[in-house]
Amino acid sequence: MSKLILGAYAQRNTDDHPPAYTPGYKTSVLRSPKNALISIAETLTEVTSPRFSDEHFGPKDNDLILNYAKEGLPIGERIVVHGYVRDQFGRPVKNALLEVWQANASGRYRHPNDQYIGAMDPNFGGCGRMMTDANGYFVFRTIKPGPYPWRNRINEWRPAHIHFSLLADGWAQRLISQFYFQGDTLIDSCPIIKTIPSEEQRRALIAQEDKSNFLEADSRCYRFDITLRGRRATYFENELT
Amino acid sequence: MTQWNFQELHETPSQTGGPYVHIGLLPKQANIEVFEQNFGNQLVQEKTLGERIRLEGRVFDGLGLPLRDVLIEIWQADANGVYPSDADIQDQSADPNFLGWGRTGADFQTGFWSFNTIKPGAVPGRKGTTQAPHIALIIFARGINMGLNTRVYFDDEPQANADDPVLNTIEWATRRQTLIAKRLERDGEVVYQFDIHIQGDNETVFLDI
Repeated sequence: MSKLILGAYAQRNTDDHPPAYTPGYKTSVLRSPKNALISIAETLTEVTSPRFSDEHFGPKDNDLILNYAKEGLPIGERIVVHGYVRDQFGRPVKNALLEVWQANASGRYRHPNDQYIGAMDPNFGGCGRMMTDANGYFVFRTIKPGPYPWRNRINEWRPAHIHFSLLADGWAQRLISQFYFQGDTLIDSCPIIKTIPSEEQRRALIAQEDKSNFLEADSRCYRFDITLRGRRATYFENELT
Repeated sequence: MTQWNFQELHETPSQTGGPYVHIGLLPKQANIEVFEQNFGNQLVQEKTLGERIRLEGRVFDGLGLPLRDVLIEIWQADANGVYPSDADIQDQSADPNFLGWGRTGADFQTGFWSFNTIKPGAVPGRKGTTQAPHIALIIFARGINMGLNTRVYFDDEPQANADDPVLNTIEWATRRQTLIAKRLERDGEVVYQFDIHIQGDNETVFLDI
């Protein structure tokens, strides 16, 4: 066999994602295009992406328990979150940049625009980042975020969640989403989760309790895997360039 | 009936970045000092090759009001049209002093955003064609359920733009101009202005890439 030649990324299945206009999530009404997206055949622009090296990262970048601690430990449930990033064809996604952000145990964000009465934690920042390894594996440690209220309808509450962002091999894979925690009863009533059309895809955002990986007298553990778009191989004409 | 058991993984579904997207992606804008090296909107290093430019604009909602919580990223080739990426299959090495990528947030008061970068060279298109110089741009924000992709072209490249295969994919020719940034000079600096209209009159073309 000769060298593997990669073609384009598989088409994004829009039925697996929220549409832009979702009136139950009110902010989307004025922030969604009226026109249909214009689909294009991919070029080098869409299949390439920046590369980051280890020198960009510090030793506590993936440790949200310690990376902002000043006088002591942050208050809250100690958890480890781990999993694998793969493409839709099952291949590991190596050296992808995974960034996460979240509220503290009270459901309060360290952000100038968050005025919720839930208490700030002087020892918790709420952001972290890491690179996946050669197996597509990632692991980070944090405090489990609390649910928090927001103004959509007046008594709307987000389930506990952690935001995440991935920058991998191709610009076409760029993805931002949020994951939730198994068993949270708020998941069923969240209008942001309900923007996702199918039950199976909503379930794909729920991290599962990983009991055998709990650390005795220390931390519980959640498992969460992420799937990105994958590239097809080219065995005939290569039209990418 | 034949039953196929082809197992397909589905892409993880997108969710909005939310109003506090800065905490994770631009912690300094949220006044959080956690990382030694922060990502930002300066793509130019001292030794980077090419013409220095500033790209700036605002993002407007369906009422014509600027989004003050929007996050923007750009991805572009170097001055010779080569991407600093393992997936660039041109037989040329990219500028070693150019990451090609940057990230910024709109100002919380005014909604203005900007990048300091270089003007990219032309990149090959499909099947032996040539694309006009362009910058890929994506926006994330509260109310946006999936990142909106677009491209920035330059108004001082009229011939290249007229021949560009992606611009020519847009069948409504009047919409093509929403992707073309306007060049001006300010205090000796080259500035390209690129406003994005998410919805309504003069709505920017968004791409499914």
